[in-house]
Amino acid sequence: MAEPLVNDYSPVLSWLPPSADWNDRFRLLGETAEEDTWRALVGLANSRLDSLATMRLDRRRGKLFPAAPSTGLSAKPLRLAVLSSSTADHLLASLRVGALRRNMWADVHVGDYGQYRREIMDPSSGLHQFKPTAVLFAFDAPHLLGGLNADAPDLDAIADDIAQLWDQVRAAFGCSVIQQSILGTYPSQFGSNEHRLPNSKSHLVRKLNLLLRERADAGGVDMLDLDPWVARDGMRAWYDPMLWLKAKQEVHHIAAPLYGDLVARLLAAQLGRSFKCLVLDLDNTLWGGVIGDDGLEGIVLGQGSPRGEAHIAFQQYAQSLTRRGIILAVCSKNDMANALEPFEKHPEMVLKRDDIACFVANWQDKAGNLRSIAQQLNIGTDALVFADDNPAEREIVRQNLPEVAVPELPEDPGLYAACVAEGGYFEGLRLTDEDLERARQYQDNLKRETLKASATDIEGYLRSLEMQMRWRPFDKVGLARIVQLINKTNQFNLTTRRITDEAAGALIGDPRALTLQIRLVDRFGDNGIIAIVTGKLDDAGDLTIDTWLMSCRVLGRQAEEATLNLIVAEARRMGARRLIGDYIPTAKNGMVKEHYPRLGFAPLGDNAEGGTRWELPLDGAEAKPTFITLTQE
Amino acid sequence: MDRQEILLKLTDLFREIFDDSSIVLTEATTAEDVYGWDSLNHVAIVVQTERRFGVKFQTSEIEELKNVGDFILLIEKKLKEKAA
Repeated sequence: MAEPLVNDYSPVLSWLPPSADWNDRFRLLGETAEEDTWRALVGLANSRLDSLATMRLDRRRGKLFPAAPSTGLSAKPLRLAVLSSSTADHLLASLRVGALRRNMWADVHVGDYGQYRREIMDPSSGLHQFKPTAVLFAFDAPHLLGGLNADAPDLDAIADDIAQLWDQVRAAFGCSVIQQSILGTYPSQFGSNEHRLPNSKSHLVRKLNLLLRERADAGGVDMLDLDPWVARDGMRAWYDPMLWLKAKQEVHHIAAPLYGDLVARLLAAQLGRSFKCLVLDLDNTLWGGVIGDDGLEGIVLGQGSPRGEAHIAFQQYAQSLTRRGIILAVCSKNDMANALEPFEKHPEMVLKRDDIACFVANWQDKAGNLRSIAQQLNIGTDALVFADDNPAEREIVRQNLPEVAVPELPEDPGLYAACVAEGGYFEGLRLTDEDLERARQYQDNLKRETLKASATDIEGYLRSLEMQMRWRPFDKVGLARIVQLINKTNQFNLTTRRITDEAAGALIGDPRALTLQIRLVDRFGDNGIIAIVTGKLDDAGDLTIDTWLMSCRVLGRQAEEATLNLIVAEARRMGARRLIGDYIPTAKNGMVKEHYPRLGFAPLGDNAEGGTRWELPLDGAEAKPTFITLTQE
Repeated sequence: MDRQEILLKLTDLFREIFDDSSIVLTEATTAEDVYGWDSLNHVAIVVQTERRFGVKFQTSEIEELKNVGDFILLIEKKLKEKAA
């Protein structure tokens, strides 16, 4: 009898579609303009690639784009350094292709194996010349803990030592840091109760991983956790003793594409490029059968049948995502009344109408509907994940909106949740209060929309919202959120000036600086921070507004006018005689081009940054009428 | 599968690995003849050969692979073992 092949286990990119015409598309690469070539490469990377196809694609990427493509095509180029105690060269192609899959161009540096300390210490090393934007540490267990019979190591000292390396690279490069969990490659010596054997190396690996997690949490480092994947595929698929003995390669070649993807999703998350919204089809996705044909009693959902329970499990998974800040939407080919019926009447439905921030059911094409969902939610289509059981719908969306992630749901609904989860679309780094609040905020918005639809006039609607603007100057507590907003707001942002933690902190308590963080609360709930303003007062009595940004979700509610009233009041208190405001155009902030004239500012001509400058004398400036009350917190 | 067929399949595989359609293998081809066939890529070639032919080599057998002819001999032997 033939012995089983290691290759029978395979760590595949299970959520990506196998591509029948991959070879044909690969052959055509490079025969188009730069922009189309890059898009084609990204498209090819978004297929279920094995290690060989990954290698091929990476070589071709290197030939076609030896340097990063022109700006606008992809994200900011990444420079990832891999500092490893064993051989990592065979993983580089997968790391670059993982980045490519997320529309990122990555340059990857790998030190000589085991030389990471010298590379960090020596300012003339390749690492220092490379100037990484991210560093991945990957250590093998024997390197840290010694051979099976080595003396018991001091795990705390080992973890402290690794944490020190993190600090060193961050101090040197200001880079982000990823720490790979240690793979438990030692053979078992004691069995299921391995932990009862003093100095069992395989047990020590588990303990060390726990210590590393604690230190990573405390130190703002992100873990690359391989254990769940090793559990999925089997250690024999991830680690082959033959490859270790022959080449000191710890991660198996066939697991490399998955490894690369796991790192790339962390890198994308660090850049704020994780997906934000899961868009769900209904028929045969959330329940079995077709609601329009089978009716409420005919659809398969709930206890009693494995298939009905499978759909329940998927709904539960989707609902769990809302609890951590992921938005849910529905995109279904159905009559609205039919589509809503199970949400309103089916006793076994887990998801309720309230869980869905945007509900679209009509007979138009899904690509168009997805665009409209993104617009209504005020996010990009590149933040959408679209889950649909129908391969034809999936294909149409992939063709028309390649930036939308479309997991290749398997035929069995029992595997839907695992498929979406394995895609890692919603890779999280840390949970913010905003994340926990997000689902509720969208539900509140829904109630506002309902009220708006029922209100006969806009004034009556605004009055009935009972809006309160609660504001306070910058403070330490709010600083992280303030910096996050300043650095990510693109649309309602007059100057798009970015800021560092240090610079924002320096404004706190500066008597010449105007700093405002503004929340909007109404009868349906707290909208969170919806505006940030900074300004600087000079000796002539001019208060120049450096930053004025607002959240798009409160537009049309007089928040701009109320914010101006607040700025005027605070500027007067500081002794200013005039407000100066600049508009600096970018590709994304066209919506605020007329912001200052709309608020009654007079033109002062062009500014040095290609935009316009505006003034508002405070002498005689009257407060704009609004239905918003101002309260200092 | 005869030696000629194995050689052709290996040639295809090398062309894919190195993204170089001009590669032509003979039984006498060694690492020095193929640009990029270094000790690092040697392991990749071994792993991909195993996958392409559905066979698994022993650690000791890999040591002896010096040229394409050695690869072919080993693949042939493994395929016969598998068929038996």
